[in-house]
Amino acid sequence: MSATEFFQNVVNALQWGSFYALIALGYSMVYGVLLLFNFAHGDIFMVGAYIGFFVATAFLALFASGVGIITLPSWAILVLVILATMFLTSFVGMAVERIGYRPLRHAPRASAAITGLMIGIIFETSILAMFGAQRMKFPELLPGLASASQPTFGGVIISWQKILIVGVALVLMLLLQWFVSNTKWGMAMRAMAFDFAAVPLMGVPLNRIAALTFALGSALAGAAAVLYSMAYPVLDPYMGITVGWKAFVAAILGGRGSIKGAALAGFLLGFIEIFAATVFPSTYRDLIAYSIILIILVFRPHGMFGEEHTARLRL
Amino acid sequence: MLLSVRNLHVSYGHIKALQGIDFDVDEGEIICIIGANGAGKSTTLRAISRLVPVQKGDILFEGKSILHVPPEKVVSELGISHVPEGRRIFGNLTVKENLTLATYARKDKENIKRDLEYMFSVFPRLEERLNQKAGTLSGGEQQMLAVARAFMTARRVMILDEPSMGLAPLLMLEMFKALEEINREGTTILLVEQNARMALKFAQRGYVLETGKIVLQGPSQELLDNPDVKKAYLGG
Ligand SMILES: Nc1ncnc2c1ncn2[C@@H]1O[C@H](COP(=O)(O)OP(=O)(O)OP(=O)(O)O)[C@@H](O)[C@H]1O
Ligand SMILES: [Mg+2]
Repeated sequence: MSATEFFQNVVNALQWGSFYALIALGYSMVYGVLLLFNFAHGDIFMVGAYIGFFVATAFLALFASGVGIITLPSWAILVLVILATMFLTSFVGMAVERIGYRPLRHAPRASAAITGLMIGIIFETSILAMFGAQRMKFPELLPGLASASQPTFGGVIISWQKILIVGVALVLMLLLQWFVSNTKWGMAMRAMAFDFAAVPLMGVPLNRIAALTFALGSALAGAAAVLYSMAYPVLDPYMGITVGWKAFVAAILGGRGSIKGAALAGFLLGFIEIFAATVFPSTYRDLIAYSIILIILVFRPHGMFGEEHTARLRL
Repeated sequence: MLLSVRNLHVSYGHIKALQGIDFDVDEGEIICIIGANGAGKSTTLRAISRLVPVQKGDILFEGKSILHVPPEKVVSELGISHVPEGRRIFGNLTVKENLTLATYARKDKENIKRDLEYMFSVFPRLEERLNQKAGTLSGGEQQMLAVARAFMTARRVMILDEPSMGLAPLLMLEMFKALEEINREGTTILLVEQNARMALKFAQRGYVLETGKIVLQGPSQELLDNPDVKKAYLGG
């Protein structure tokens, strides 16, 4: 592998790592706070992409230069599309929690897992029913970006788009980390992860924090969906499945409930996949990548940053 | 009457934990319920905090039933704080974060600083350990944090589940003195204890709970002098 190829791969790995990390955070937070694997999360990502499609189409019609009522620069439209998609996708997550999981809070864990899978199927088939099987093309949010002169780094061309995707993902992760460490809602989430039953005694409504956890995770999935659709602009109802399962693997690899772990494992997964594909034939990529992860988990069954603590007694 | 429990029945499945108990707590009192393991002490407090369903009977706060009030509102709206059995502090949060989380629902933001300073005057050790992870505190310090945390949630009534559990005699005395001090500042206290002697010394009145029923009640001194209480709870 030449140095140029190597750097290209690093950049690709960072881009894929960004998708995995953003989605993995949603799995991990929900697991940490509610001891629940939200198996509908990959499909929340997919719904986020469709929401992003409509938001982007609408905002371009409203604000793009030449057609819009008010003209905004395309970076501002992009920011608005990401924020609006995050906002709307968070309601998808809250609805899943409220309708699908809350009634099962005291049911066996397997019921919740099955419910998650079913909600996922319902999302996929509803989207299929609404928009048919034809694949939709995500609108170009930053026209001219691909044709602009791209930055080079040590002779390697790195696309603006990849820098943008990784940058936005990093900013969102840092914001999440800040939120969870410094706000009272973040404290409540961490307290809930430690000892569910003692939280109401602090005057904290458990249901509100559960909803918030889903909202945050789904908002990040919505952001991931917009970024993903910028890189791979074709939408289809099953686009959340593979990415979703891989992000789930990243969440496990990072350590269930660990924000830092989910983010780092997302990037690690990106690197393992991309570099497995450069060394081995690309059809072997996932076989090799996931064998490596299996080996890591044999040695660190709680993941990279997972703790054994699960003392969540009842009161 | 500030808090009244009337004919309270609580069951866990087919286990009848409380079989019709009655007691009252008046504003400003320190009241103690003593009883052996499994008598139903924790269940009584869980019922007041609305953490377990009530089969029969009622719990009245200022004369009004609170059975429909959700647990977080018992704390934030009625002002009844709860120091649970086994402390249950959040070990992954710092001391400061535990105390901050306790003020989550408080609307009187201007008083938070005052209450916090007051808690530091009662438990100076907490102030020295503000940025320490609560899980690394000693057992005694964790108990102080549990009490301070409860006080920060609400200061009208504090209910405590065996606050002396696991404390060395000297620390136990310190803990009860702190509770007495908190009570002097206006917080009504209801505590349940197996350690009957110490608890009755600090309480004005007491109740004796035996397998889900109140079998004796009266001023603390009377209970301390009662031969049956002496035999069963005070080591002869
Ligand atoms: N979650 C539960 N499920 C089933 N039974 C329970 C539960 N909690 C308590 N019990 C039963 O209810 C009865 C009263 O329990 P409770 O915890 O109120 O006793 P206690 O007086 O606090 O005892 P201790 O001094 O040991 O803390 C006991 O027989 C206990 O086994
Ligand atoms: Mg008990």
